[in-house]
Amino acid sequence: MTDIQHHISDDLLDDYRAGALPHAFSVVVAAHLSLCNDCRARHEACDLIGGAMLEGTEAAPLRSDARARIMAALEAPAPAPSPRGSGVFPAPVMAELGGRPPRLRMLGGGIRQLILSADRSGSLRLLYIPPGKAVPEHGHGGLELTLVLQGSFADSEGAFRRGDVETANYDIEHQPIADLGAPCICLAATDAPLRFQAIVPRLLQPVFRI
Amino acid sequence: MSDRVETPVTTELSELSRDLLAVRDQRDRAAFGRLFDHFAPRLKSVMLRGGLTDGSAEDLVQDVMLAVWHKAAQFDPHRADAAGWIYGIARNRRIDLARRKPLSQPEDMPDLPSLDPDAGQVLALQQEANHLAAALDRLAPEQAEALRAAYFDDIPHRRISEMTGLPLGTIKSRIRLGLERLRHELRSISP
Repeated sequence: MTDIQHHISDDLLDDYRAGALPHAFSVVVAAHLSLCNDCRARHEACDLIGGAMLEGTEAAPLRSDARARIMAALEAPAPAPSPRGSGVFPAPVMAELGGRPPRLRMLGGGIRQLILSADRSGSLRLLYIPPGKAVPEHGHGGLELTLVLQGSFADSEGAFRRGDVETANYDIEHQPIADLGAPCICLAATDAPLRFQAIVPRLLQPVFRI
Repeated sequence: MSDRVETPVTTELSELSRDLLAVRDQRDRAAFGRLFDHFAPRLKSVMLRGGLTDGSAEDLVQDVMLAVWHKAAQFDPHRADAAGWIYGIARNRRIDLARRKPLSQPEDMPDLPSLDPDAGQVLALQQEANHLAAALDRLAPEQAEALRAAYFDDIPHRRISEMTGLPLGTIKSRIRLGLERLRHELRSISP
């Protein structure tokens, strides 16, 4: 928990808190907040500021039946709880998985993936990279967030372990390579299709939606 | 049931945080009623400020306070006071109203609630929250406004910039100055 080195930026946290992030990115942020005490504390400190402001807000009159209405509503059963974390997958990832363990599909070279969501606002997927294997080199058409859930990888930006988030922008060309040891499992979100540099992966890109 | 509400720690807490603990531990409806009387009119005021109609604001306040009742088991006085915790729930409900998919939420902290509250930490948090409120009162108006937009209305910095016509850099520096001023105030009041 304490050795997380790569965190989410203030801007990303602000946008997450304001509900302004596309779904795929918000899941990565929520998953990082589940693993990182420092960022969780930053997040909750913002709520403390909001709470202090709430205390200083003048009251607006409620409708006369408001209190009776809420007290009656307490009788209704609680909504079903959302899925809990399981294994290496924190709760926000399990929620995306519908509470079931993931079934990843082969991409070739031992790399596997599961697309959790994909629409015009971006895509979210789980990646499984065997020890020592590289994810094909790619540049980015937008923003990409990659959160390590198991194992570790390294690229030109540094070493990334469980809980670390790599934030890659337009200008970064990187080739993550999984370290030897446990296979690397990552949660990756993009807001644009990845552009692969090798010919074959580019041909396959529409097929695999990566 | 537990004897935790009888420990000396809770006598140092604000009445609101004590009421929230009573809701959490005893499902105390009278305590919940007091929380509703205090927070519901303030929450409604926030929702109206955010542009909701009276009816929608009223519905959202009901929704937030019902979530407070159902999620009370997650309240941890080591990490938040009642106002901050309830504000966080309200922030999420307001966001979900506008989103196609509910906002992805971080995992509940695993070791909650602690059976053995750390009096020092609970008290320190409470004091910090009190100091924070006092420090907010002393901010310059434009810093207070920038902080309010960013931390209370949860408007992304870019949107604040669009709404006010001020450059993004100005907004960010106002927020930063406001936060630094808050930090300075907190240091000077803290024992």
